[in-house]
Amino acid sequence: MSACVWGGMDIQFFIELFFGGLTRGSIYALIALGYTLVYGIIGLINFAHGEVYMLGAFTALLVAGVLGVYGFPAGGILVVAALAAVVWCAAYGYTLEKVAYKPLRGAPRLSPLISAIGMSIFLQNYVLLAQTSDFVPFPNLLPPMDFLEYIDYVMGPSDFLILLVSTIAMVSLSLFIRFTRMGKAMRATAQNRKMALLLGINADRIISLTFIIGSALAALGGVLIASHMGQVNFGIGFLAGLKAFTAAVLGGIGSIPGAMVGGLVLGLAESFTTGYFSGNYEDMLAFGILILILVFRPDGILGKATVEKV
Amino acid sequence: MNPVLEVVDLSQNFGGLRALNELSLSVGKGEIVALIGPNGAGKTTFFNCVTGIYTPTEGQVFLHGAKGEKLLLNGRKPHVITSLGMARTFQNIRLFNEMTVLENVMIGRNCRTRAGILGAILRDAKTRAEEQESIDVSYSLLELVKLQDFWNETANNLPYGAQRRLEIARALATEPRMLLLDEPAAGMNPQETNELKDLVFYIRDNSQISILLIEHDMGMVMALSDRIYVMEYGSCIATGTPAEIRSNPRVIKAYLGEGDA
Amino acid sequence: MQRMLRAAFAALWFMILTLPVLGISLNTVEHSVVWRWDRILGLGAGIFALAMLWDWCFARKAAGRPVLPLPGGFGLGFALEALRSRPGLRRCALAVLAVVMLLMPVAGSFYQTNIMISALLYVMLALGLNIVVGLAGQLVLGYVAFYAIGAYAYGLLNQFLGWGFWACLPVGGLLAVLFGFGLGFPVLRLRGDYLAIVTLGFGEIVRLTLQNWTSVTGGPRGISDIPRPGLFGVSMDIAASTTYIYYLVLVAVVITIVVISRLKNSRVGLALQALREDEIACEAMGVDITRVKLSAFALGSCWAGFAGVIFAAKTTYINPSSFTFMESAMILSMVVLGGMGSIVGVVIAAFILILAPEYLRAFSDYRMLLFGAIMVVMMLFRPQGLISGERRRYHISALHGQGGRP
Repeated sequence: MSACVWGGMDIQFFIELFFGGLTRGSIYALIALGYTLVYGIIGLINFAHGEVYMLGAFTALLVAGVLGVYGFPAGGILVVAALAAVVWCAAYGYTLEKVAYKPLRGAPRLSPLISAIGMSIFLQNYVLLAQTSDFVPFPNLLPPMDFLEYIDYVMGPSDFLILLVSTIAMVSLSLFIRFTRMGKAMRATAQNRKMALLLGINADRIISLTFIIGSALAALGGVLIASHMGQVNFGIGFLAGLKAFTAAVLGGIGSIPGAMVGGLVLGLAESFTTGYFSGNYEDMLAFGILILILVFRPDGILGKATVEKV
Repeated sequence: MNPVLEVVDLSQNFGGLRALNELSLSVGKGEIVALIGPNGAGKTTFFNCVTGIYTPTEGQVFLHGAKGEKLLLNGRKPHVITSLGMARTFQNIRLFNEMTVLENVMIGRNCRTRAGILGAILRDAKTRAEEQESIDVSYSLLELVKLQDFWNETANNLPYGAQRRLEIARALATEPRMLLLDEPAAGMNPQETNELKDLVFYIRDNSQISILLIEHDMGMVMALSDRIYVMEYGSCIATGTPAEIRSNPRVIKAYLGEGDA
Repeated sequence: MQRMLRAAFAALWFMILTLPVLGISLNTVEHSVVWRWDRILGLGAGIFALAMLWDWCFARKAAGRPVLPLPGGFGLGFALEALRSRPGLRRCALAVLAVVMLLMPVAGSFYQTNIMISALLYVMLALGLNIVVGLAGQLVLGYVAFYAIGAYAYGLLNQFLGWGFWACLPVGGLLAVLFGFGLGFPVLRLRGDYLAIVTLGFGEIVRLTLQNWTSVTGGPRGISDIPRPGLFGVSMDIAASTTYIYYLVLVAVVITIVVISRLKNSRVGLALQALREDEIACEAMGVDITRVKLSAFALGSCWAGFAGVIFAAKTTYINPSSFTFMESAMILSMVVLGGMGSIVGVVIAAFILILAPEYLRAFSDYRMLLFGAIMVVMMLFRPQGLISGERRRYHISALHGQGGRP
């Protein structure tokens, strides 16, 4: 590889990597939002969040399969499957919180975290036992997109879909948080739970809502990645979850724009390392960034410093 | 009088907020000094600065050693400051809840004992002797605060007032020359408060430990203190003997309000 | 009645929730769908029963009564109290236990001896992690990395330099300690949950390095033909060698238990526990928390290093897939089940969690599912673990009239 030649192929290669990074980064950002929302409200690292993403991919796969067998029109399958994944994952997220976290409010800090780790292992093995330990092929359900013809070396239909859907999701989330009643209540609860309670905000409902929104976004990420990669497996949530968490920390955990920025930065960084160095170190890069950020700048790029009360 | 604690122009900023503003204060040997002021005046922040939990933005904190040497505390870690002879209690009680009452006090002995990992594993005579001494000293401190009967209870099983006394015993176990008490009487009934007052006097009279306390119970403050500092919005607005403070118009206006005490 | 309604509702909710993943079975080859209604109905029934139990548990918890009456309940309290207060009986029980453990490889089969070896190795690991998580309250999720370092230390030193087991045992422990320090220094200031994630990342980095650094570590294929430990040059067949390793691990576990119980009750051990309870108060009481945290890391990783060397010697073959996060999670669930900081509890939990899936074949598929569930359920209903309240007895001179009052 000649890094000095700035001609034809190299620019093209760079652009390819750039868009590859954007695609990947948008998925990380979608999942990272769930971590950040939950952390912002209850200060818990929802360790099982990656599993919700994996459940999203699986639910979509299964629903799409069923629809396919019963002869549902091909064009609508992906939409219905994605909707099903979002609805079911929202329910999983809601249930997760009610079962494993809510009873532990006010418990020592480590208790909900250990419970979350347990939930993560449980959900992985639930899918492993209920379905399979193999990689399952995800059908290609995307319609051909002719308008991508001229840029198909940087962007296939699935990349386009990922960018489009994740942008829409992130913009709507931002608008929701900023302008709706519920969104404002969420922000208030994140800033000061006690005060929000005094102002008549139902904290339990806000927490549930946070889990529902976060899980729905993760499910969306799961569907998109499944249709992009073409296969799913019970273990995909672990790594994706960790990377998305890295993204959330990178951007500043608790910060919504931070999660988006962090996701994109991580996606780009991974894409360029893979392209210019070696794919072997792709996963290590994420963990390396995670450790460096937590040790040297735990508040991330967009987070704000906190002082512990004594 | 020889000062033990000397604070010069101490300031603490949190972002744009100035929590302490050029506060100066000194406590003499064997003196009992009170720090009063409305909630949010910065009293606990002051304690945190002095004990090294926060690093002061400006100003100096000095602790005078046993031989009269003057030690600058700024920037030192909390445990170093404690081993130099400063101990404290916490406003919102911070005991080691799952540990026994005796073990809580024994933690205070940590900086006065030496045994390491190897000693722990081998349990040689020296380690055992040191440990037994630590146990006995801790028990005698429990007797001092009248908690000896509960020595084998876990700390979170103690009633509130007893927990506050346990915090004092734990602080005393570090062999301080300067003891900082953060609202020691909070949540105590009048009888407990009275006993606490006797305890503070007893500590001062018998070991010449200097005491600086934050307290809202004015009766207790007036009865105990040799001198009082009054804080408002991070600054010191008055200082003097209880009698002087009682008649200081600025204090009455800012704090005592309707002229109680 | 209300309770039954709630349970029925929960059952319905979970049946809908699990409908896709549990209820649909796709056959991509024949292009057909099998609806697994049997599973869904079974789950519904199960959830109904569980929800009733759940309600009952929370009712007890709310009333301030322990959900699991241990160690007092089930006659155990009586037994434990008897063991505690009568040293003769305690010695007797220990002797019986010692005889059973000593005769195990003679009485049991080769297969059983092997299982016992791995159970004992997990006891060692769990006790080591118990120092860090249980005593010092520092949630380390990448503990298996130190285990891997010990194992690879032996594997590599043997492969490249021809070192034997006994030379590698201390080196493996030492290397793990060095890595423990290396990890400990940068993470000193981190809060509990961040620490967990960083150590998890560390564990994964170690595993990925082992997996990708093919020229040295053999990559995913790992290292094979690692010699079993020698005994003054006596040559042994596999069975004899396994028996020998069994006794070796047994001795190692006994040493571990003695060292850790002494440590737990020492000045250092008290400081560790204080750190777990309240870091700020601990520091304010004059404890050098930097030192205490590093000691905890060093002590914990040391044991994993030793266990790693023994593991490599036992299996004679190591590769990165033995050192995944799931291993760390398994060890953590032993500590959680046994009781944070409790030595007896952790030993019992390690035995239960390793032996139960081995002997109850029906369990083995559900092993990891169970481990996950255990962590959640323990946190909800019994955060202190199976055995708690193992309290040290102090001799107070003033009470016993020796040495007089100080």
